[in-house]
Amino acid sequence: MAKDKYRKLLRLGIIEENPVIVQIIGICSALAVTNLMGNSLIMGLGLTFVTAISSLTISLIRNYIPKHIRMMVQVLIIAAYVIIVDIFLKAYMPEMSKALGPYVGLIITNCIIMGRAEAYAQINPPIPSLVDGIAAGLGYTLVLLAIAFVRELMGFGTILGFRVLGDWWTPWTIMVMPPSAFFLLAILIWIFNNKRNGEVSK
Amino acid sequence: MEISPWVILFASIFTNNMILSNFLGMCSFIAVSREIPTAFGLGQAVTIVLAITSIFNYLLYHYVLLPLGLEYLRFIVFIICIAASVQLLEMIIERFLPNLYYALGIFLPLITVNCAIFGVSLFMIIREYSFLQSLAFAVGSGIGWTLAIVALAGIRQKLKNAPIPKGLEGPGITLIITGLMAIAFIGFSGIVQIQ
Repeated sequence: MAKDKYRKLLRLGIIEENPVIVQIIGICSALAVTNLMGNSLIMGLGLTFVTAISSLTISLIRNYIPKHIRMMVQVLIIAAYVIIVDIFLKAYMPEMSKALGPYVGLIITNCIIMGRAEAYAQINPPIPSLVDGIAAGLGYTLVLLAIAFVRELMGFGTILGFRVLGDWWTPWTIMVMPPSAFFLLAILIWIFNNKRNGEVSK
Repeated sequence: MEISPWVILFASIFTNNMILSNFLGMCSFIAVSREIPTAFGLGQAVTIVLAITSIFNYLLYHYVLLPLGLEYLRFIVFIICIAASVQLLEMIIERFLPNLYYALGIFLPLITVNCAIFGVSLFMIIREYSFLQSLAFAVGSGIGWTLAIVALAGIRQKLKNAPIPKGLEGPGITLIITGLMAIAFIGFSGIVQIQ
């Protein structure tokens, strides 16, 4: 019984209510780091970690926080975990930390985390909140990877740094530059909406 | 790192536009760009808050956090400082400029979670700007943000009667317009460059 519930939560977070392409939140960082798949993977994992753990924490202490200061408390909890991620990256992956620049810090203002905290963790027990956080994080990571896959493949001819397309491939400079991120996300939303509308009309 | 503040001001409006090249502040950019007046109101509010918070955050970082060796606390300190300045600004505007308050009213609290504000503070630390450079960067980013959102709102008003494929309506078409605007802004990139 419980297993079904968690499976449903995961499916909701990853597909049906995917934070990026259905709810259109948290796209600032989604667009910025997607020029390379490595960056996107680390960013996605960082965000998943922060969302999951802060949902868990907020859910654990939800009965002890006065209603009107809960936003402040949530922001502080999230900020604390983001600092952990930032220090971890600086210590173990200094290159990656430099490449992501301010976007690691910007996880704090990512609406996905606050959204999950407000909409789910605030009113549900800890373990489902944890699963819900992981689901939202994974949904975000998948979209990032999908966009980054196209951008890296066409912009550099590589995937995760390995050369896939040979010398005959002329890199598309536009894919490295910001506009392509907008276009790819729009196309992704389009495909997804069409699919969903098709299902509804059946 | 000796770039004139004026160069930074213009670079952050045109070539390094917050939205079009750094993707910051996208959430409200898409949500509040339906009509020109509201877009302009939000842009003004963002510019004011950016200027104020960048001053506070600069002073806090260089005169409090650095001497104490607490750089790693900067995320928390910045976010609290931004929330506090927004709250303060809201009270001041409500008291002295009630008209502006009603015009901006709903947008002010939203600004706290606008990534552009937080992003500017982080960028100015990472790029090691001096005080004047930071201020120029903040004001320029605010103006650039306003420019982009007002332009988008204008285009979206014209689009109301356009036949758009069903799946693209709303956010989808907005993203495509933004992408086209970003391409247009790349045309400026020969003029000045900061990074």
